[in-house]
Amino acid sequence: MRIALFITCVNDIAYPATGIAVTRILRRLGHTVDFPTGQTCCGQLHANTGYRTEAMPMVHNYVDVFDTYDAIVAPSGSCTAMIRDQYPRLHPPAASVAARTYELSELLVDVLGVTDVGAEFAETVTYHPTCHGLRMLRLGDRPLNLLRQVRGIRLVELGDAEECCGFGGTFALKNPAVSGAMLADKCARVRETGARVLAAADNSCLAHVGGGLDRHRSGVRAMHYAEILAATGATS
Amino acid sequence: MTARDEILARLRTALADGPPPVEVPRRYRRVDDRPDLVEVLIDRLVDYRAVVHRGIGALTGLLAEVDRLAVPTDLPADWLAGYAGQVRRDAPPLSPAELDVVDAVLTGCAVAVADTGTIILDAGPTQGRRALSLVPDRHICVVRTDQVVGLLPEALTRLDPRAPQTWISGPSATSDIELNRVEGVHGPRRLEVVLVEA
Amino acid sequence: MNRPAVDRSGTGGAVAPATGGGRIRTPLPFPTMAARAVADTQLRANLHRATRTIRAKRARVVDEVPDWQALRDAGAAIKADVQRRLPELLEQFEASATAAGATVHWARDAAEACRIVVELTRAAGAEEVVKVKSMATQEIELNEALEAAGIAAYETDLAELIVQLGEDTPSHILVPAIHYNRAQIREIFQRRMPDAPADLGDEPSALAEAARAHLRRRFLSARVAVSGANFAIADTGTLVVVESEGNGRMCLTLPETLISVVGVEKLLPTFTDLEVFLQLLPRSSTGERMNPYTSMWTGVTPDDGPQDVHVVLVDNGRSAVLADPVGRPALSCIRCSACLNVCPVYERAGGHAYGSVYPGPIGAILSPQLTGVADNASLPYASTLCGACYDACPVKINIPEILVHLRQQAPHPVAEKATMRVLAWVMRSPRRWAAVLRLARVGAGPLGAYRERRSGARTLRRLPWPASAWTRSRDLPLPAPQTFREWWEKQ
Repeated sequence: MRIALFITCVNDIAYPATGIAVTRILRRLGHTVDFPTGQTCCGQLHANTGYRTEAMPMVHNYVDVFDTYDAIVAPSGSCTAMIRDQYPRLHPPAASVAARTYELSELLVDVLGVTDVGAEFAETVTYHPTCHGLRMLRLGDRPLNLLRQVRGIRLVELGDAEECCGFGGTFALKNPAVSGAMLADKCARVRETGARVLAAADNSCLAHVGGGLDRHRSGVRAMHYAEILAATGATS
Repeated sequence: MTARDEILARLRTALADGPPPVEVPRRYRRVDDRPDLVEVLIDRLVDYRAVVHRGIGALTGLLAEVDRLAVPTDLPADWLAGYAGQVRRDAPPLSPAELDVVDAVLTGCAVAVADTGTIILDAGPTQGRRALSLVPDRHICVVRTDQVVGLLPEALTRLDPRAPQTWISGPSATSDIELNRVEGVHGPRRLEVVLVEA
Repeated sequence: MNRPAVDRSGTGGAVAPATGGGRIRTPLPFPTMAARAVADTQLRANLHRATRTIRAKRARVVDEVPDWQALRDAGAAIKADVQRRLPELLEQFEASATAAGATVHWARDAAEACRIVVELTRAAGAEEVVKVKSMATQEIELNEALEAAGIAAYETDLAELIVQLGEDTPSHILVPAIHYNRAQIREIFQRRMPDAPADLGDEPSALAEAARAHLRRRFLSARVAVSGANFAIADTGTLVVVESEGNGRMCLTLPETLISVVGVEKLLPTFTDLEVFLQLLPRSSTGERMNPYTSMWTGVTPDDGPQDVHVVLVDNGRSAVLADPVGRPALSCIRCSACLNVCPVYERAGGHAYGSVYPGPIGAILSPQLTGVADNASLPYASTLCGACYDACPVKINIPEILVHLRQQAPHPVAEKATMRVLAWVMRSPRRWAAVLRLARVGAGPLGAYRERRSGARTLRRLPWPASAWTRSRDLPLPAPQTFREWWEKQ
């Protein structure tokens, strides 16, 4: 199977460790991963802020770059949701490549049939199911089931887990008061768990909650769950 | 152009894209297969803080504490057997002020829905007009077990859409203060249901 | 305020759909209003408590229904069918209601609807009306129009009464006084309700009792009532009102004259369709298996209830909503409030921040469509697109999809537009994006290293406007020392 990594623009620039983690997990499971360098951005920011016209070249670029792969994996719930939910409506020929685009946990659990990826991570972790993964992709328990198989991990439940953290792309900039209030509540729930690591399937949401946790020097580290699945104890 | 014609013309213009016909999927339950519908009804009514009694005999005890009782003109005589209080029959129609001073009203119903604990009056036999079961502060309602259906779709087939209907699910209540339900506002503050075998 | 909407039909000379007037516009942008609400700790606490209470109740009664998704599918399809056949169903409703003894009136907009109600009230010789809670009459600002005509309008729903006595405006579709707690309600009653008991407590039962006593005589002597309708049945001409307290029954039964103001979208094709909606609505709104009272009437019933029955069918922007094939499902809304109650933005901002009588997620799509997006440009952005509203909606309105759709039509700030265009220009070209990545990493390099030495994290704590909106509450991550593609290429 030809698997391509769609790193997403935010991860490429600010969270390379997540992409490295995805690559390591898949290689450890015996798969070859390709990284087509012609990729840019899925266009979600533009489309969701009201600049659909400006997003269209990005949609076309995605189709051009990824159409020949059997499976495309993206370590981002919201970018995957953009591609799977919006692409077929914005550009009907994109429907096929959109259907072959998976969030990491979908690729691992549904396509590759794996839940134990041979990881080891001795830390107390709480998991925040991000909105687009939860309600658009319906990831369900997939990420948590993957995390449950990690050796040494202590998973603790997050209160009001299914509530949005208040990021919402440009929402955080356009509605700073409401976004800040939602963030404060999410950070409070995270701190109540006593976890030292907050995991999620989206680095943009993690930048938001993690940024809030850092602001208050909470000592909680925000981490993409792929990085936990990639950890083998030796390297982390 | 009249407002009517203009609105209809606007709406026709608005539909110029020609939306395709819609097939309504009715895959929801139409019949309740639970065997104990009367028990389900009682459970729901009690949940709403209605008081439930079994058997027509219970009526005698209930009415013993009622001095003035409003009743529809066609109430079965045996429901009032042994009743010693004052019966205010709704003929000629009782005024709102007259209804406001009775202690209770006694009616039957058209159908009761177990799943939702709903008693439906449609101005049919033993029910009277709408004001009768509204103004008195206490509503005593006789429900025959053969009037109990499981689900809403079963109830609708037994109703005449053009008859004025009152669907009652418990005594009057409000959730307007902090979204907590409290019973007893403008409608009857006490709802007592007497379940009788058909 | 009433003007033709953009004619997307391409039908040229035909009568164009029109936007509406009334209380459906934000006086100030949502972020400004919301920031005030967020700063009000009492309001935050009241909303938090109330929305959490109703969420739990709704979840409990929805989870016990095994065919809930089938009911939602049916509800969504029936409403889509109504929208498709709206003109013919309205004509059918008019014919059925008229045959049953009702008089049907048509109102192009809010002002015309108010005028009709005022004239009917005067014709009945009344100087006051009792009102059943109705979103349509709030939308058209009927109480203000009646007052201007010298007619007193008395709200009889407990929450509407609280809001009216407090000289406030509703902040929630189902519970207009959700922003008050019991102590604040007692205070309003003591101050504004002349016959409130001197020793009035703040238990909800005592407050309900005070409202009962206050309105009792008015109900028994009212000559004209004004209501809305939850549903209007096309094939029978029947109107349906769903309520809890019995104030609705009082208004719909005792007065001689009944005037119902009904949005044209409220139609259902047949009486049988109620078997779907009367299951969906109560569980979604008050979180009950069934609301205490539902009333149905078809024109005039001799010797039973009002003998002078009127229905005012109102457009007021609905034709403009219907004209947009993507936004059209907003007309499916049955005003249950489930989307408000699950919305994390509504929970913090409260209803008043939305300016319109329609707050919350549904308001964020409905109000801009009723007025034209330019008049409510901040509302489509009053959402994180988290999708909780879509999951809760009993008629499956895809609110996030419509929000994104309306954002395409919203006027964009100049600076934002410029930024987005530059960003799109970069992202359109893999070569340019690779160059920008390199540049960003190099440019932020020293800063990142400095921050990392000082605080152990590559984040920024304070930035000038507009990035200050971010750094006010959270640190901002800096580009990594090595981009992913650099790592990839080095392997």
